[in-house]
Amino acid sequence: MEPINAWLVDELARLSRLSLPEEERRAMTAQLKRIVDYMDILGRLDTAGIEPLSHEAPVGNVLRPDVVEPSLDRGELLANAPAQDGEMFLTPRSVE
Amino acid sequence: MELTELTALELGAAIRRGEVSVPQAARAALEAVERQNGALNCFLTVTGERALARAEALQKGVKTANSPLYGVPMAWKDNICTKGVRTTCASRMLEDFTPPYDATAVERLEAAGALCLGKLNMDEFAMGSTSETSFFGPVRNPWDLERSPGGSSGGAAAAVSAGLGWYAVGSDTGGSIRQPAAHCGVTGIKPTYGTVSRYGLIAHASSLDQIGPLGRDAADCAAVLDLLQGRDRRDATSLDGDYGQLLSRLTGDVRGLRVGLPEQCFGDGLDDGVRRAVLAAAQVLKDRGAQLVELSFPVLEYAVPAYYIIASAEASSNLARYDGVKYGWRAREYGGLHELYTQSRTQGFGPEVKRRILLGTFVLSSGYYDAYYQKALQARAVIRNAFDEAFGRCDLLLTPVAPSTAPRLGESLGEPLKMYLGDIYTVPANLAGLPALSMPCGFDSQGLPIGAQLIGPRFGEGRLLNAAHAFQLDTDWHRRAPEGGKRT
Repeated sequence: MEPINAWLVDELARLSRLSLPEEERRAMTAQLKRIVDYMDILGRLDTAGIEPLSHEAPVGNVLRPDVVEPSLDRGELLANAPAQDGEMFLTPRSVE
Repeated sequence: MELTELTALELGAAIRRGEVSVPQAARAALEAVERQNGALNCFLTVTGERALARAEALQKGVKTANSPLYGVPMAWKDNICTKGVRTTCASRMLEDFTPPYDATAVERLEAAGALCLGKLNMDEFAMGSTSETSFFGPVRNPWDLERSPGGSSGGAAAAVSAGLGWYAVGSDTGGSIRQPAAHCGVTGIKPTYGTVSRYGLIAHASSLDQIGPLGRDAADCAAVLDLLQGRDRRDATSLDGDYGQLLSRLTGDVRGLRVGLPEQCFGDGLDDGVRRAVLAAAQVLKDRGAQLVELSFPVLEYAVPAYYIIASAEASSNLARYDGVKYGWRAREYGGLHELYTQSRTQGFGPEVKRRILLGTFVLSSGYYDAYYQKALQARAVIRNAFDEAFGRCDLLLTPVAPSTAPRLGESLGEPLKMYLGDIYTVPANLAGLPALSMPCGFDSQGLPIGAQLIGPRFGEGRLLNAAHAFQLDTDWHRRAPEGGKRT
């Protein structure tokens, strides 16, 4: 496995839609490396045959009666948008 | 005696008896906020006018009050959505976000006559253990203004400690209610996962997040939790249960209760003063008839790495929604759509949030997923099993809340790993979905509060609150207040 390095941090930033200026990237790389190195102690724990536990709650589908209920008001929802035209969210053109 | 010296239940009783009016209580709280918030920075938003108007309305219904906390002023951590009141998560990303709906927790407390004073400062997106990662500046500890109140619910703990409201509601993903409660000398409880609806709680790590109260004593916390608990169809993980009986079950009787002391929680890395105070708390319970059981919890050292892998993974996924389109910060300048996303996120999030997003993206990436994320989920199962085993031998566990008392401001920011390691005693309960409580149990040589933690089995809230109540019948640590707080 690739250890944490500046190239990998750049790739993680790209995947996360974050941009790190050079100095920040250097600091972040060093910190992430220390954190991940520490996490490697998990390798000492014997987990052979242990089922991963993603959730402590017994989760099932929650259904409601199939009747029409009002949803939140469109105007109120759009009010928090940085750009909108009263009906829709506005973004820059994504397809030329 | 000043009003702010009462507990929430005492004030509620005085309101119902007509000795204190709701507007009187609201004004006393708002004056305390006015006097102290400049120094403490607990409140990000004070809804003074709204609170006074609501106080007048509540006063009219006092004769038919339906809860012991009717009319008692309180405040919400700023990651819990309040309709029409801005909810920032202490982030630039949500600086101007005004929720169009109330969280279920808010609906439930408001229906019981809660009076909201405003919204409380915290670590940005609840990521941090010192309340210093807030975009709006750090919260200060009322016991020592040069120190952190803990985090992430630092504003909530500091407010309750200093008398700015009678109780607060926060959230706990890895200790965010319990650790600030300990550092500020108040009582706080993280309930069993699934017992309090997370609908309207801005998500940090969904499998770990839980809403809970911070109050002046265990009885106040029990009263708040009685109102908060309950199944909610808007949160698929919320559970059916036998709720609503916590306050009435506080007998203070702990005879025969088996209190487990895990040796690993009292080992290296723990301050001597904290160790002494927590062991003295065990002795108080023993003197009331509890039985102390020494046991081993050998997997403790795996809790922090497992927690930070899982919490960061979930956070990186939850925070993908902030893209500058539907709500939240949008960069002023950008080229195309992708640059809008990248610039908005880069400008909207602070360094700790970015670190967690990157870490979470790392542990979920192909090539690393098995070694980190999958392994952490297995460690989580091992930790859950260790708790099951422990609760075969005892009824609850007693541990420190944090290895040391409140750190100086600025001490933790440059060393994230060190800050993470300080969460060692609190994160196991989140990983296993268990209830855990923090109660004041003494002071260190510098006069800073120390907290003891009680961890119970699933749905063990009643047991924890009763043990804390028993402890508080024989001690007065929870009654001590910082000087500015005027509760003494």
